[in-house]
Amino acid sequence: MINTVYRLIAPRLIDVAYKEIEVDKDSLIIRPLYLSICKADQRYYQGMRSQAVLREKLPMAMIHECVAQVIYDKSGRFSVGDTVIPIPNIPVEDDGYTAENYLRSSRFMSSGYDGFLQDYIVMPADRIVPAPEGVSLKVLSFTELISVSVHAITRFERFAAGSRIESIGVWGDGNLGFITALLLHYLYPEVKLRVFGTVYEKLSYFTFADEVYHVDDIGNVKVDHGFECVGGAGSRPAINQIIDCINPEGRISIMGVSENFVDINTRMMLEKGLCMFGSSRSGLEDFKRTVEILKKYPEIVQYYENLVGDVVEVKKISDIHKAFELDIKRNFGKTVLKWEK
Amino acid sequence: MVIAAIMAGGTGSRMGSTDTPKQFMKLGTKPIIIHTIEKFFYHPEIEKIVVPCPKPWIGHTRDIVEKYFDTEGKIYVIEGGASRNDTLMNALDFIESNFGMDDDTIIVTHDAVRPFLTHRIITDNIRYAREYGACDTVVPATDTIVHSEDGKLISDIPSRIEMYQGQTPQSFRAKKLKMTCESLTEEEKAKLTDACMVFTLRNERVSLVEGEVFNIKITYPYDLKVAQVLLQEECNN
Repeated sequence: MINTVYRLIAPRLIDVAYKEIEVDKDSLIIRPLYLSICKADQRYYQGMRSQAVLREKLPMAMIHECVAQVIYDKSGRFSVGDTVIPIPNIPVEDDGYTAENYLRSSRFMSSGYDGFLQDYIVMPADRIVPAPEGVSLKVLSFTELISVSVHAITRFERFAAGSRIESIGVWGDGNLGFITALLLHYLYPEVKLRVFGTVYEKLSYFTFADEVYHVDDIGNVKVDHGFECVGGAGSRPAINQIIDCINPEGRISIMGVSENFVDINTRMMLEKGLCMFGSSRSGLEDFKRTVEILKKYPEIVQYYENLVGDVVEVKKISDIHKAFELDIKRNFGKTVLKWEK
Repeated sequence: MVIAAIMAGGTGSRMGSTDTPKQFMKLGTKPIIIHTIEKFFYHPEIEKIVVPCPKPWIGHTRDIVEKYFDTEGKIYVIEGGASRNDTLMNALDFIESNFGMDDDTIIVTHDAVRPFLTHRIITDNIRYAREYGACDTVVPATDTIVHSEDGKLISDIPSRIEMYQGQTPQSFRAKKLKMTCESLTEEEKAKLTDACMVFTLRNERVSLVEGEVFNIKITYPYDLKVAQVLLQEECNN
């Protein structure tokens, strides 16, 4: 079948491309219902990646966060009309040790491979999870982002096993910080949750946290473990502040992406015996756990509904541009695309 | 029930010296008609697909349909007619005889040689056929339309802003379409160049469905070249 694909061919330039697609017995066809724009999409859209990267990756359909509907399933695992969440990470091997999202051979849709801005998306049946019933489709559009937080928390649980977990700090008052902090609040209700940010208004949204701090005024507060959800130019001060105020033998989860190398206080890392680990993207098990969490804690879904910002109905390519331009102006919340193309 | 009729009645007289009807020519890895049928085959609202085609090509069409689809009793290749109107009537007769036809039966008619249509266009056709009884897929005219009665001098130039170029699908409540077709006089039938005219001749409403400029009809060798180029665009994927 000839598929219509909406590709970014250069920064701020989207064009239609056509490609033949095949549906084998292990694949299904889905169509996007709602999609959500991620910071990584914005970096491509605005041309904020290096010229070498843009040359290598474009043209490419953007967006890797979406909730979709099954159109055709040859595998027999789903019914036509089912609401599902596609997993953008496509592993091509299993080495028995490495998580699928860290295998260098894995393909990631919207990073070198076409993302979800397509008329039809052909997915392997084992890269799809059923959407939980009764959850807002707009929230489900950014399940992938939630699963990234869930993945980091799952890794934290592995690395922090046996250690003291009486307080956790989350650095970052943006979407990722909000999503991660809220998950920690519900998964660890007994743990003191402290959120650190730079914008008082955004910090005021973290009403569920035990304490919120402006990073310029944290006093002598201490945390057992820290999650860095800042990225960019803010990575350096955030990571070093975590190192300053974390208790010895704490775990630091790095989740923010920085295009530049980051100087960190290694002396204090060594003196405190800290363990720092990175997390990126997510895999099938993380999506499954995310869906279970959303089913178990409807309160989380309610909070996440507040993250839904502009909802742009997409009927024309100009609507995709409109969504990206609105998203650029947004300093909190997610821009959602309702796919009517 | 929603039934697609993929109109493959043409014999390709406009495709230069080739003897193969244009719908059977290859685009990418498959015949054009297969790409087109696929769009309807994978659309969950389409329950049956009828493919009227020239009598000498029925066997060939059945063979390629069987090759590319596990048809599951969904695709039916039938004989077309001498004109597009006859082909449409054959499709309507077949539908009535084999699947029954009531007020809720929708027929989505589409040119076999328009393989670039989108899922949304099909969905909108079904929705608007249900709502209005008939609909036509169009795009706003980009070229000025010039009207000439004698082919030598301009009679008038209609305002471009009110002009649209017709594409397909064209979709209808099938029973109403059949009854209206049967009510036409021979003189009226002779004037028909378009299925929607059946309705407009009787002052029935026909709704517009927004098409896509890339929903091109592969009529001339030039169109096939354009389609091949569109599909062969190199990318990093």
